[in-house]
Amino acid sequence: MSGNSEPRKYKNPVLNWIEFRLPIISYFEKEYGDYPMPKNCNYFWSFGALATITLVTMIVSGIFLAMNYTPHTEMAFDSVERIMRDVNYGWLLRYIHSNGAAFFFIIVYIHIVRGMYYGSYKYPRELNWILGVFIYLLMMATSFLGYTLPWGQMSYWGATVITNLFSAIPFIGEGLKTWLLGDYTVGNATLNRFFALHYVLPFVIFGVVGLHVAAVHVHGSNNPAGIDIRSKNDTVNFFPYMLIKDTIAVCVFGVLISAVIFFGPNLMAEVDNYIPADPLVTPAHIVPNWYLAPFYAILRAVPDKLGGVALMFGAIAILFVLPWLDTSKVRSCNFRPMYKWFMMLFFVNFFVLGYVGMLPAEGLYLIIARVGLVYYFGFFLIITPFVGWIEKPKTLPASISDVYLGGGKESPLPASQKEIH
Amino acid sequence: MAENSNNKRRDFLQLSTVTIGAVGTAAFIWPFLKSMNPAEDTIALGTTEVDVSQIEEGQSITVKWRGKPVFIRKRTKDEIDEAKTVNMSDLKDPEEDVDRVKKDEWLVLVGVCTHLGCVPLGQKLTDSKGEYNGWYCPCHGSHYDTSGRIRKGPAPENLAVPPYSFLNDTTIKIG
Repeated sequence: MSGNSEPRKYKNPVLNWIEFRLPIISYFEKEYGDYPMPKNCNYFWSFGALATITLVTMIVSGIFLAMNYTPHTEMAFDSVERIMRDVNYGWLLRYIHSNGAAFFFIIVYIHIVRGMYYGSYKYPRELNWILGVFIYLLMMATSFLGYTLPWGQMSYWGATVITNLFSAIPFIGEGLKTWLLGDYTVGNATLNRFFALHYVLPFVIFGVVGLHVAAVHVHGSNNPAGIDIRSKNDTVNFFPYMLIKDTIAVCVFGVLISAVIFFGPNLMAEVDNYIPADPLVTPAHIVPNWYLAPFYAILRAVPDKLGGVALMFGAIAILFVLPWLDTSKVRSCNFRPMYKWFMMLFFVNFFVLGYVGMLPAEGLYLIIARVGLVYYFGFFLIITPFVGWIEKPKTLPASISDVYLGGGKESPLPASQKEIH
Repeated sequence: MAENSNNKRRDFLQLSTVTIGAVGTAAFIWPFLKSMNPAEDTIALGTTEVDVSQIEEGQSITVKWRGKPVFIRKRTKDEIDEAKTVNMSDLKDPEEDVDRVKKDEWLVLVGVCTHLGCVPLGQKLTDSKGEYNGWYCPCHGSHYDTSGRIRKGPAPENLAVPPYSFLNDTTIKIG
């Protein structure tokens, strides 16, 4: 009865000792070493890895900022200025964190665009999509909470406007708002709890990201052709092929974000936030962060308080059901000649909504916002189901390997009747 | 039959255990949720006394009450007439001017837009007063009239009137 019942899998005895008690080494080997990636994946498939790295960077820089930040209405603004002027490399930590937040959204938006264009949200990856939308929601909440912390004018009035959205809910709205604020206006109680929540939510995001990655690894990654993996010929191992590819993507990303951090750290900041919060004076023009602006445009496009709030939250909620609104079984827009253009227009429309969301809600801007709002919902509720029924997709390649042999004739069957399994 | 009654006993025990567990959890969560509501010192109703003897006709001042701005405006004759002659059917949130003031020339309002909580413009002489000569909220374009009633824009209600009283002719106590 000696210890030779322990299986020997690795040369290193320490690894064997761990593996026998907690099979974590083979897990990582399977999920991040031998994991088969479709060999036709382009650089759009690097944005998941980029997002993960950015999340870790945000958590680390945030922890070090928190060591010098004071969540009190009298001291918050000055403590941030102290970080900028007196704390060693404080300016770098803060600029990494503030620009990191903006780049995190850029990456995640590209990641979402990838998922929508190539139909990654469809069977069997619906839950994966839902977890992703959930991460996106958590990110918006976290960035909003974080934006309040410097306690500048935009911080204060942004927090006021957003928490007032909840007062639109009939009957319980006012009480809910007061409960969220811990005061009758945005005050010290609010700042304290926002800081506590801003600290904890990224760890929640990290957990959901773990589920998101685990879920995609069950059925494997989608690919630009949107067809299933059929044989070993269709794939390459994650290590070293995808790891190297992702590393190149990270290097390019590092150059871009460094350029902004060092040469234009306030490009995406609002100057009004360098004025300390004043509860008696509203800035002439309240601007949300650009990455939340499309939803702000929707809010302002509706001339009714409850209606605006409902449509704004509805615009996010509708993302959850996209897998069931899409009636086509063809995943990739490369093989969907009609839907492809509606999809492109949707991306342009989202961008335009964001643009007008940062301008005053009047005149032509208001009209553009209303048109954009109609297309946003029309795309999901009308175009997506109907185009799936009437569109004739191109012929799908027989396998991923066949992609490299050409193909792409018109199919005689509409998308909804095509079999892809 | 004995088995049947035994099953019923099982069901009863299961149901009561789950119920007690659920009630216990809810009771345990309550203090946590309740702790997020305003604390006692926050609720303790603050009052502010304001000397209004220096305010000329047509001028406004802003004072702070419970963390919010309060507008005190000495209205001109024209403004009072404008406020009184409005047709009730033109109003989104119909309210007579007499119900919103204690003395015709003094208008006291909580200066917080009922849409999303911005502070409307119109206190300074150089400010835009909106299309109804009262206040204008720059955030989302709500227009208020000379009685602080919502006339145009997304705000659902009139500017609120805080509880206040005249201690004498020139002193107002808010709260």
